[in-house]
Amino acid sequence: MTDVCRHDVIIVGGGAAGLRAAIAAVEADPEISVALVSKVYPMRSHTVSAEGGAAAVARDEDSLEMHGYDTVKGSDFLGDQNVIEYFVEEAPKELTRLEHWGCPWSRNEDGSVATRAFGGMTTKRTWYATDKVGFHMLHTLFQHSMRFDRIVRYDEHFVTRLLVDDGNVRGVSALDIRSGEVRAILGRSVILATGGAGKIFPFTTNGRIKTGDGMALAAAAGVPLKDMEFVQYHPTGLPGTGILITEASRGEGGLLKNSEGDRFLVTYDYGVGKKAELGPRDMISRAVVQEIEAGRGISGPYGEFVHLDLTHIGREKLEARLPFVLELARTYAGVDPLTEPIPIRPVVHYMMGGVDTDIDGATSLPGLYAAGETACGSLNGANRLGSNSLTECLVFGARAAQHAVLYSRGSSEGNESALLAQAEAEAARVSALRRHKKGSEKISTIRRELNTTMEEGCGVYREQASMLATVQTVASLQDRASDLRVSDDSMVFNTEVIAALEMKNMVDVAQAVSVSAAARLESRGAHTCRDFSSRDDENFMHHTLCYLEAGGPRLDKKSVHLGHWEPEERKY
Amino acid sequence: MSLGTKKFVITRFDPDRDTEPRTEEYEIPVQSDWKVLDAINFIKDEIDGSLSYRWSCRMAVCGSCGMMVNGEPKLTCKTALSSYGDSLTIEPLANFPTIRDLVVEMDGFMDKFQKVKPWIIQAKERAVEEGPQHQSPEDLQAFKQFSMCINCTLCYSACPVVATDPEFLGPAAIALGHRYNMDSRDEGADERNAVFRGEGTIFSCSYANECSEVCPKNVDPAGAVNQAKFNAVVDWASSFVVKREKE
Ligand SMILES: Cc1cc2nc3c(=O)[nH]c(=O)nc-3n(C[C@H](O)[C@H](O)[C@H](O)COP(=O)(O)OP(=O)(O)OC[C@H]3O[C@@H](n4cnc5c(N)ncnc54)[C@H](O)[C@@H]3O)c2cc1C
Ligand code: FES
Repeated sequence: MTDVCRHDVIIVGGGAAGLRAAIAAVEADPEISVALVSKVYPMRSHTVSAEGGAAAVARDEDSLEMHGYDTVKGSDFLGDQNVIEYFVEEAPKELTRLEHWGCPWSRNEDGSVATRAFGGMTTKRTWYATDKVGFHMLHTLFQHSMRFDRIVRYDEHFVTRLLVDDGNVRGVSALDIRSGEVRAILGRSVILATGGAGKIFPFTTNGRIKTGDGMALAAAAGVPLKDMEFVQYHPTGLPGTGILITEASRGEGGLLKNSEGDRFLVTYDYGVGKKAELGPRDMISRAVVQEIEAGRGISGPYGEFVHLDLTHIGREKLEARLPFVLELARTYAGVDPLTEPIPIRPVVHYMMGGVDTDIDGATSLPGLYAAGETACGSLNGANRLGSNSLTECLVFGARAAQHAVLYSRGSSEGNESALLAQAEAEAARVSALRRHKKGSEKISTIRRELNTTMEEGCGVYREQASMLATVQTVASLQDRASDLRVSDDSMVFNTEVIAALEMKNMVDVAQAVSVSAAARLESRGAHTCRDFSSRDDENFMHHTLCYLEAGGPRLDKKSVHLGHWEPEERKY
Repeated sequence: MSLGTKKFVITRFDPDRDTEPRTEEYEIPVQSDWKVLDAINFIKDEIDGSLSYRWSCRMAVCGSCGMMVNGEPKLTCKTALSSYGDSLTIEPLANFPTIRDLVVEMDGFMDKFQKVKPWIIQAKERAVEEGPQHQSPEDLQAFKQFSMCINCTLCYSACPVVATDPEFLGPAAIALGHRYNMDSRDEGADERNAVFRGEGTIFSCSYANECSEVCPKNVDPAGAVNQAKFNAVVDWASSFVVKREKE
């Protein structure tokens, strides 16, 4: 018999978005019981790795209008403008809340919160806590969440499916990794806050756990994924590992240089104009690729790269503002940024796309909400501005929770036996996987092939032919991933079963990315096609919706919410 | 660049089958820029999919990949392979019950963590409209170091007190409570010091300093424990004085 747990609101994910949602839910209703389900202990969530900062207007010289305009322009006008307006307004309040909860924001001499420059932002509005912002935000949220008994944690529980009855989501089935049992966690509304999916690519700043589970869970329940073609490449990752060297290093004065020692962003015309190193990520990533293609890269064991030079900034400032960058470069690249440039190349960083939601975080499935990187509420459009997404996790984590609480008040319990039958089917699926020693495909092989084809088809620059080839390869990998070999048949902490479940999610998400990409015959934001090199507002000023159905993927369109800012050519 | 091969002697334990931990040996080709974790991942991906351990960020910040490497607690994603010889032993973190292979039980740690009330306590909660509080760079500095803990629990594996008394509150939890006590925005020191004066907390520490030596983030939990002892005593003594005055 499946173990059953009952709550009102179920939150899947213990990163910035999930924790903020949990706190907002218990604050919204003093009676409510919240389940916080996470496949790792919350403080291990990948929010922990965010380095540079979180954006919100904080200075008199700045304005909500400016933050909104920067964001919509950064999005290449694919961001929903009502969402952007709400976001910039709530952003300062959310970062202030974190301040009240103890986040150690870096300070100006007068004790006010310090802000730094970031790519695509016209003025200093990125709040920071040295260069470990995600770490401090995550730990602050997690520690603050411990005050509330009504947040019941299910640590190291892997959600395998959404339980749906009568057209409403009513819970999740979750594999307790330690015991190997599958639980039915029932509730009246569910919030997905499962983070991104960088692991479908070979070079990424993302950690092991970012396998797009929430996107796959929603898609399996019939909810569309939106704008999946937009994958952000961060220009400055370490070759080999993909470990991020934060944009804050350029915000603090770092320069990009080619093999000849030239600051190529200003020496050659890459369209970033006066912004140079502080241009938006999509443009700088393209410039780095072009620079390498022009033969001005530097070769290393992991391919060609360019340099990020911080040597002129000086020890004092680097140690005060970028201590983590110093540690990462020394430990993982073997260079000392005080005296040597850091080798960098573009790496996959962030999914602009995700589970389609409205401004309240609501999806098309009644009772199901999503927030954070796994969601696409269309704040980021075709290209996210650095430091907007940590803030997004807070603003929309809170809003999704408030709406999930309201929804839970009106909804009924659902048909419990039908829900338990679904959970039991999941238990059977997991159990079969656990004994699948004869499977013909090795997990690591499928992962490698998936990574390779995603980079070939959905890289910084894309072409129709290679995108279509990737669509085909992913389809065959999807087939092969249904017969994965699992050598571990233990109930206890079976990480191979988890890897197999994640693998299936990854191929599903990869399918949505490649199919959506191949259908957008223009270049916009992070989606740059060599065969369709300009933006085409006439035909493509719309969101892409991708449904993953039994018969194969199906695409649809959704209109962009305009109204405040008129689309214009994106020039810096 | 290849670094030849190395042998890994890894502790295995599956409660479904084993009554006792056993070891298994793997000889694998390694690269010069690999960390210990890269080698363990290679073994899992290519040789033995049943090997269980935790990891995620591979950049020394999520705190999940701690293991004993040649008998010392290490963050394996930060520990270079090149600094070891031809053979390494890998065991689960010491002083914790083992769940499976290299995975240890965190329940006790999580309880201790919560015990120190690691959140801002203020007599009156602030409204958002009041805006951010001011905190001088010096006031920030007073606790910043103690806020850098990634909860990797290496310090519990190194601590001689935890080794004999598993109930000891331990370095990371004390450092965390102390971090909030030292935060100029906090007013909860009385409550936390009451916890600190209880049994099995700061006064059980023998100040061996092992915790600070193994800390991969230079949090200096030993320093925190020492400062916390001093503050708890001062706090206790002054509360005594106030009481007497009242009498
Ligand atoms: C290296 C790096 C640096 C960054 N720097 C910045 C920055 O400076 N500023 C900025 O704004 N943004 C930055 N970002 C982006 C930002 O950090 C992320 O978008 C954001 O933290 C995502 O938070 P989240 O809560 O959505 O997801 P995560 O923090 O990834 O959390 C996901 C949670 O979901 C859980 N989960 C996932 N799948 C399952 C499942 N199947 N079952 C149960 N639980 C599950 C996980 O356990 C985890 O708790 C950075 C990203 C990276 C990778
Ligand atoms: S894997 Fe995150 S600290 Fe090592």
